[in-house]
Amino acid sequence: MTPILVLDDVSVKLPAGADRSHAMANVSLSLAANEILCVVGESGSGKSMTANAIMRLLPGGVAIDGGRILFEGRNLADVSEAEMRKVRGAGIAMIFQEPMTALNPLRSIGDQIGEMFEIHTDLLAGEIRTRVLALLDEVRIPDPASAIKAYPHELSGGQRQRAMIAMALALDPRVLIADEPTTALDVTTQAQILELIRDLQRRKGTAVLFITHDFGVVAEIADRVAVMSQGRVVEEGTASAVLGNPRHAYTKQLIAAVPPLKAPPPRPLSSDPILTIEHVSKTYRTGGFFGRGQRVTHAVKDVSLVLPKGGTLGIVGESGSGKSTLARCLVRLIDPESGEIRLNGRDLACLTREQMRAETRHIQMVFQDPFASLNPRRKAGEAVAQGLVVHGMPRAQALARAKELFGLVGLDPAATERYPHEFSGGQRQRIGLARALALEPDVLVADEPVSALDVSVQAQVLKLLAELRQRLGLSIVFITHDLRVAAQVCDLVAVMKSGEVVEAGPIGAVFGDPQHPYTQALLASIPGREFGLERVAEQQEG
Amino acid sequence: MRVLALAGRRLAASIPTLILILIGVFLLLQFAPGDTVDAMMAQMGGGDAATARHLREFYGLDLSVWAQLGNYLWRLVRLDLGFSAIYGKPVVTVIAERLPATILLMSASLSFAFFFGLIFGVIAARGVNRWPDTLISTLGLIFYAMPTFWFGLMAIVVFSIYLQWLPAGGFEDITVSLTGLARTLDIAKHLILPTLTLGLFYMAIYLRIMRGSMLEVLNLDFVRTARAKGMDETRVVVRHVLRNALLPMVTLIGLQAGTMLGGSVVVESVFSLPGLGRLAYESVVQRDLNTLLGIIFVSALLVIAVNFIVDLLYARLDPRITAGA
Amino acid sequence: MEFAKLYFRSPSAVIGLLLFILVLAMAATADWLYPRDPLALAGRPLIWPFSNPRFLLGTDNSGRDIAAQIFHGARISLLIGLVATFISVMIGITIGAFAGYYGSWVDTVLMRVTEAFQTLPNFLLLLVLVAVFGSTITTVTVAIGIVSWPASARLTRAEFLSLRNREFVQAGRTLGLKDIKLIFGEILPNALPPVIVYASVVMAVAILLESALAFLKLSDPNVASWGNLIGAGRDVLRVQWYVSAIPGIAILVTVLAVSLVGQGLNDALNPRLKSR
Repeated sequence: MTPILVLDDVSVKLPAGADRSHAMANVSLSLAANEILCVVGESGSGKSMTANAIMRLLPGGVAIDGGRILFEGRNLADVSEAEMRKVRGAGIAMIFQEPMTALNPLRSIGDQIGEMFEIHTDLLAGEIRTRVLALLDEVRIPDPASAIKAYPHELSGGQRQRAMIAMALALDPRVLIADEPTTALDVTTQAQILELIRDLQRRKGTAVLFITHDFGVVAEIADRVAVMSQGRVVEEGTASAVLGNPRHAYTKQLIAAVPPLKAPPPRPLSSDPILTIEHVSKTYRTGGFFGRGQRVTHAVKDVSLVLPKGGTLGIVGESGSGKSTLARCLVRLIDPESGEIRLNGRDLACLTREQMRAETRHIQMVFQDPFASLNPRRKAGEAVAQGLVVHGMPRAQALARAKELFGLVGLDPAATERYPHEFSGGQRQRIGLARALALEPDVLVADEPVSALDVSVQAQVLKLLAELRQRLGLSIVFITHDLRVAAQVCDLVAVMKSGEVVEAGPIGAVFGDPQHPYTQALLASIPGREFGLERVAEQQEG
Repeated sequence: MRVLALAGRRLAASIPTLILILIGVFLLLQFAPGDTVDAMMAQMGGGDAATARHLREFYGLDLSVWAQLGNYLWRLVRLDLGFSAIYGKPVVTVIAERLPATILLMSASLSFAFFFGLIFGVIAARGVNRWPDTLISTLGLIFYAMPTFWFGLMAIVVFSIYLQWLPAGGFEDITVSLTGLARTLDIAKHLILPTLTLGLFYMAIYLRIMRGSMLEVLNLDFVRTARAKGMDETRVVVRHVLRNALLPMVTLIGLQAGTMLGGSVVVESVFSLPGLGRLAYESVVQRDLNTLLGIIFVSALLVIAVNFIVDLLYARLDPRITAGA
Repeated sequence: MEFAKLYFRSPSAVIGLLLFILVLAMAATADWLYPRDPLALAGRPLIWPFSNPRFLLGTDNSGRDIAAQIFHGARISLLIGLVATFISVMIGITIGAFAGYYGSWVDTVLMRVTEAFQTLPNFLLLLVLVAVFGSTITTVTVAIGIVSWPASARLTRAEFLSLRNREFVQAGRTLGLKDIKLIFGEILPNALPPVIVYASVVMAVAILLESALAFLKLSDPNVASWGNLIGAGRDVLRVQWYVSAIPGIAILVTVLAVSLVGQGLNDALNPRLKSR
């Protein structure tokens, strides 16, 4: 097959003072019609820069300084800006990660899609409208006639991404660049969008350059794969070859870090409950005037769960399922309206703020965002010692204890003197863990603790958590949207949807033989379900 | 329709604010040395204690503070702002005579500041860190740092005294009686310098906000989308950036309406314009507390009115507003 | 110092700092260069600038030395500017912090009050305050502080609103920290930088407000204020316009200096914004 788009030895230089000299170094790739090439890598690998370089939409100070980008017989690296504008949208179109911010909030969907025709064709307004309606229908947006008038905020995340796809495919471009198009979406929506892209690509014969960090997505959609690291392509080949038989050490390490979607054999669990959640509810009321016309949202609705001593209870669900609200109710960051939360037999839900402050030492929380969860103006050691000081330990002793805790979570004890911005994401998450463990809690509530981390870092943090659990006999409530992670970490799992627990039980049973239709749909939506299972089989045999 | 309902709700919410202001200022004025009667007595060239007591009884000034406050608010409901002892007329009449000049000056300055702030802000943002930006930003800073009254005086020196192009003050030429178009032109001529004086300061603020918000919006994802569609920069700015960048500026107009009205006190004094601001100044100097309170009431109403218009404008620009509420 | 390096990278910030130091130097040397009362009669009235070496900037219509008034006026402007800004920012931070942190009815009440202050034209309120409490330099300074806090309150509140649900604040709460510690120990240090930058705007406005008040002859007549001098010069504007022009330039330079320093601080605190 003759390639449509060829990157020949392309380099992109970064401005002086960046952490490396080149965002892309000697990258060579080729893309043929009717194929999906996945460019996969961790953050900072230069994969998004590749997309921007092809479109020549590089940020200020960043420029192509070598190589050729061949498209339809021309070298895009040195055509004029006017020529390039004709290529953008019409020849090569692009979809982005975050459909909410990628669309102009002040203009209607139809208007923004129609613009493609206004820029590149001479069609009249009426014709444009017909074409836009047809496009919206093609990407299966419900009710195109009203969607065309809608503003971005009036659509759901999945619908917005469909509108973006409609916009990108408006002029039947020969190449579609998709930059992490499903990363911001829930797993069920992601499955639909991936299917839509695959389907449209097959029908139109478009060449797709698909950028992602998720090997599950790669396994689901790719024909060929290029693995990037530090601005270089380290391995390239067909999807089955790269995923099944990786040759480069970096690829091997990345693939090994992806948790397989199958629970390991169950651990023995204690029959003593440490935390009992009974009929907990939390509703939000918004808008309205003196009770009239209010919108009531049941964030958490009559949830009852039990965490046995030393066990790990996973709470999984998509965004808006109420899992985070439930986690915050457990530590009383949010006050539940009704129900009981019994920790070691004491009901936390009915404590006053003052009493709860004293009780916090028995239940601690680890947060999602490693960048937001530490006060940027406080030294790391102080952050860890803070809880101890609040609960009455002298300052010097608390700081000494902080050093010990740094050692416990695998950080250099001397690093207590540094500020949060001097640590990497994974290291910060370890600090967060040390802060929570400082009070020697009975229960640790972990709210998406590894979701913001790259897959290899994620594997390290999960390993640390498992070790600590063993060593300290921790009981953990583990909130996650990632079923792969849940499968590896949890003993028990509860699946939440719209504030309610739809299914709960031992993880092996729930994931192996899901009973509720929603759980089934959720599991079926995970991209590349089979991916990684062979590895488990091999390991268990070997 | 929903836009109107929303703005209406905001309007209703400003009633407590208005009451808060009136009560606050009324109580504040109780601390003032001397009351209206003292001012009247001074105006009359003195009088005996019995007359003063009679007058106080007449105006209800012998009652307790709270009773007086209650009386005042009740009269306000009936749009009765009391009587100005100094001008010998009801306060409503005094204010009504002075209102047109102020409203004219405010709207002219606001339009001037908005229009040129917008244009120069966009030009500066388009050529960021190049000479048009440097020039505009520098001039903007200088206009911002200049005391308005001083600019007004210097403008009088240049344009009225040396060049003799424009009148140095007043609202219209009172030596000849003009009507119709000739009168309008005459008033316009008198308002050029005051408008510039008040407007340049706000133009400097708006242009800085506009420039900043243009640069902010130019960095957003949807602008990248627009460029990825193959749009040229001019079209990107006109169709995608401008409207988004206008939002902070529109908000600012609402927030600063009060400040601008305050600025007119000084400008009206410089150009001897018979407006509300000058009236406020005169009533402070002459201790005409009734008129002062009336002016505060009317100014607050004006600011609320400007904010109402700003709300309508904002809701027209941003479809998220009506949905969010 | 990384921060200083970032600051001195911008030429306009450096110019601003130099101008500010110049004004400070004028204020500092006023007593030494012009030991006599600047408001006392010094010579023949209305001497043009640069025509008499004894009065470099000439004399005003009452025969007072303009240069002496400019130097002594620098003290008044800086003093009023700094103190009024301090008062205003303190009120603003306190109100904004409590409104933003506690939300619900505390926020509603405090924001109503803030709104009331913003709805009432600030210069009018200043007039009322001066009319009621008199126009000594103390009352004028306090009054300027009182009329100019709402914007810093709003700014602080906005910062608190965005910070109070940050995970590090929630983490502090799960550790058992009290509200006061969370507000002043965790959130405020992070909310402060934009407020400090904004303080430069408050100071610029405070200086302008005082000069306007003095121009209207409503400020303290017993101190050498630039606004007073402009007001005095107004009577001889037709010919001896320099009496008004010179103090105006002094105000312009001071306000310019304060604004440039503020902008420089802002750019140094947000280097990301500067580079684009």
